[in-house]
Amino acid sequence: MVKKIYFQSIFFSFFFIKEAFAAESGGMPQLNPEFWVSQIFWLILTFGVMYLVLSKLILPKISNNLESRKSQILENIEAAEKQREDSDAKLKEYDEIISKSKLEANSIFNQAREKALKDIGAKREVLDKQIDNEIAEAEKEIDALRKNAPDKINKIAIETSSELLQKLIGAEVNNSSISAIVDDLSKRNGDKYYGN
Amino acid sequence: MAANPMSQFDVYRIGPEIKVGAFDISFTNASLFMILSTVSILLIFNLGSKKNSILPNKIQLLAELSYTFVSKMISDTAGSKAKPYFAFIFSLFMFVLFCNMFGMIPYTFTVTSHIIVTFVLAAFIFIGVTVIGFIKHGFGYLKLFVPSGVPAVLLPLIVVIEIISYLSRPISLSVRLFANMMAGHTMMKVFGGFVISLGIVGGWLPLSFSVALTGLEILVAFLQAYVFAILTCIYLNDALNLHH
Repeated sequence: MVKKIYFQSIFFSFFFIKEAFAAESGGMPQLNPEFWVSQIFWLILTFGVMYLVLSKLILPKISNNLESRKSQILENIEAAEKQREDSDAKLKEYDEIISKSKLEANSIFNQAREKALKDIGAKREVLDKQIDNEIAEAEKEIDALRKNAPDKINKIAIETSSELLQKLIGAEVNNSSISAIVDDLSKRNGDKYYGN
Repeated sequence: MAANPMSQFDVYRIGPEIKVGAFDISFTNASLFMILSTVSILLIFNLGSKKNSILPNKIQLLAELSYTFVSKMISDTAGSKAKPYFAFIFSLFMFVLFCNMFGMIPYTFTVTSHIIVTFVLAAFIFIGVTVIGFIKHGFGYLKLFVPSGVPAVLLPLIVVIEIISYLSRPISLSVRLFANMMAGHTMMKVFGGFVISLGIVGGWLPLSFSVALTGLEILVAFLQAYVFAILTCIYLNDALNLHH
């Protein structure tokens, strides 16, 4: 229905145009040559002025703007690329420095450890020597003491026994006979007391 | 009814009659709209090229997009040799486009709906292209009328057809633009007339049609400007790069 009305209206419009043409005394105004010269004159004038202004002033500016923008963008991209490369190189340098310093730190640590170990070893040796010396001295002293001990004991035994005898018997006893007895006893029982 | 659909194409004098010799070059409504179109073109592109910022504003973007659009159209159809004619084709495209678009505003006058205007443009292009062709190729330009690979028997016929088609270029170029603009505007006027005559009851239908036609006419206004420019490029291509 709507379609039909649409097409009808289009159809009627053509009728209308025909009527308009028939009614118009001069037909199409376009074919009336009255103002042709004027139109040509003004067309050439306006178009010519516009062409001159556009080609001499405006279009070179636009082209210049476009070119400069293009080159600037390219420059910026180049600069960005360069800076990226720079930062990459710096990053590499930084990594190298870090790995180098790590190695250095490691070596310093190792050296220090070795040195400390050496020091400790040296000190231990010295101390060992000292301790050995002291032990040896102490042993010597003990030996000396041990060697002297039977004599002293013998002496004490002789003196004690002589005094004992004097108090018991009340008579002087010959020291030499006592000492002979003590020597004899100590020789016999020495192993039992000193057990070396 | 006030509106004869053809009365919108009437040219009338604005101001006094100006005569140079036998010629009447009075200022008319056609002249007014030619001046309006050129002034608005110059204004827009002057504003669009004034500042050169890296991030273009809207008007600069408009100017630069038009520039690249036309330059791409020329390089695509006529190659790099057509560079010197860029400014002319750009002006031509913009002039036709703005005249067409100004015609879309109600109560305005469409400069390009007059055969004399489009014919002067087309004739200028035709003569210019022919002169360029003869300058570039000398009499070798006549080879344009002799396509290669045509049997000798057909050659006389083909040459005649080629010559006729070449000579009809300005006519086809001018009539195409003029007829499109005139037909579209007449149609719109007719449907506008129907809106009035059918009144509030039946006027909605032609009104909706009129709205749709307005959109179509804006498309046609752009398309015809584009066709006019691209055909100029193609003719220029024939003159610059002789392919036959």
